Amino acid sequence: MTGAAPVAVVAENWVARFYGSTIGRKIVMAVTGIVLVGFITIHMTGNLLVHRGAEAMNHYAAFLKGNAPLLWGTRIVVLLATILHIHSALTLTRRAATARPDRYVRLAPQVATWSSRLMRAGGVLLAVFLVFHILHFTTGTVLPSQFVEGEVYQNVVRSFSITWVAAFYLISMLALSMHLHHGVWSLFQTLGANHPHLEGGRKRLAWLLSIAIPIGFASVPLAIIAGMVR
Amino acid sequence: MRITLKVWRQSGPHATGRFETYQADQVSPDMSFLEMMDVVNEDLIGKGKEPIAFDHDCREGICGMCSMVINGMPHGPHRATTTCQLHMRSFKDGDRVTVEPFRARAFPVLRDLAVDRSSLDRVMQAGGFIGVATGNAPEANAAPIAKDAVDRAMDAAQCIGCGACVAACPNASAMLFTAAKVSHLGLLPQGQPERYRRVLGMVGQMDIEGFGGCTNFGECQEACPKEIGVWTIARLNGDFLKGSLTARGDKRGGGDAA
Repeated sequence: MTGAAPVAVVAENWVARFYGSTIGRKIVMAVTGIVLVGFITIHMTGNLLVHRGAEAMNHYAAFLKGNAPLLWGTRIVVLLATILHIHSALTLTRRAATARPDRYVRLAPQVATWSSRLMRAGGVLLAVFLVFHILHFTTGTVLPSQFVEGEVYQNVVRSFSITWVAAFYLISMLALSMHLHHGVWSLFQTLGANHPHLEGGRKRLAWLLSIAIPIGFASVPLAIIAGMVR
Repeated sequence: MRITLKVWRQSGPHATGRFETYQADQVSPDMSFLEMMDVVNEDLIGKGKEPIAFDHDCREGICGMCSMVINGMPHGPHRATTTCQLHMRSFKDGDRVTVEPFRARAFPVLRDLAVDRSSLDRVMQAGGFIGVATGNAPEANAAPIAKDAVDRAMDAAQCIGCGACVAACPNASAMLFTAAKVSHLGLLPQGQPERYRRVLGMVGQMDIEGFGGCTNFGECQEACPKEIGVWTIARLNGDFLKGSLTARGDKRGGGDAA
């Protein structure tokens, strides 16, 4: 009995065998997830400089722009992690869909959290957000009238004064929160870190990050809407 | 008790299935779910109709043969029980009960509610064993094993291979089954020599059989009639990672029954 499943591969080469297996792909998702959580933590901390005014923010932005190895090193690592994260997610999702070709008329989930059930839909929303976000604040392709190269603070204030831009950003942060809530707990499980001493800690860390990171990001448009940052 | 049953009927592996509705009027609350099904079948036989095929064997909750998804829950609504140990007192008079087979690509329907779960046997053949000499049971204290390891190995060893974890999983993943077997053997000294080959072999076969991957929903743990925990899945993942990193080039890693 062989399923023509998209992932199942028994390869001689250990890397192919590892990435060809469902668990290998989950481990890749977990490790790239750690990289991405690390990145957004730093990113969010940097964004908080908006609250200290235009000079602090633009100065920080200029420092990043002026340090090409740091900038491009980070961009390459984050891009690779994102690609691997999404590729693993897509192939595992496709595999899960083929693993039950005849669906139940009734399947009653007992314990699955909303955050776990919305992992895939939320992930798609975050991917769309990510593309928009880069075209918006990095390249200035969308909303070019609001964008001036190097004027990071002013770009942010001008953009978030537009209601739908701020709303889309806040909805995306809600999706990020739910994604982190399940993902952070889940990655411990996937990496085999399940010592009884960790049990409470990994759930608490998931709660903490799923609240702190999105709120840090959301504080920027919220402060602009409230007129505290202008 | 009067129970209205909506049961999946499928005459063979390649036939198109459909739901049929049956009325069970003389149901005692003391009957097990399978006994209630027996009564329905007697009635069908009496009317010259084909009885409903379903799997069962020991009827005392230890063999893992009975299956069925009852009202969306493998083995029905009662926690930590198999279908044969589910009693009609768990339902109310006049209830409508939906009965479906365990559904997964790796569990093809043979007939009605009976599915072929030999994919789990092949996962076992790919590494679910130890290579020590058999014979009389050794003296109990000959091999010192930490209490914690024994307890966890015994918890994992409770797996009866029924496949409820697969049936409950939104991804139709066999991770809890595989993890229970890997943990049960891998926690004990007798299981150490093949520890990492076992993990790689069983996980490889699990993937070949077409089960889905694990996304840590936790539904398997809830459905398991033996209450095996998802801690075994974390352990399986950890052993798979260690095995993959240390057994590079170990061509035997693919298991014997690929």
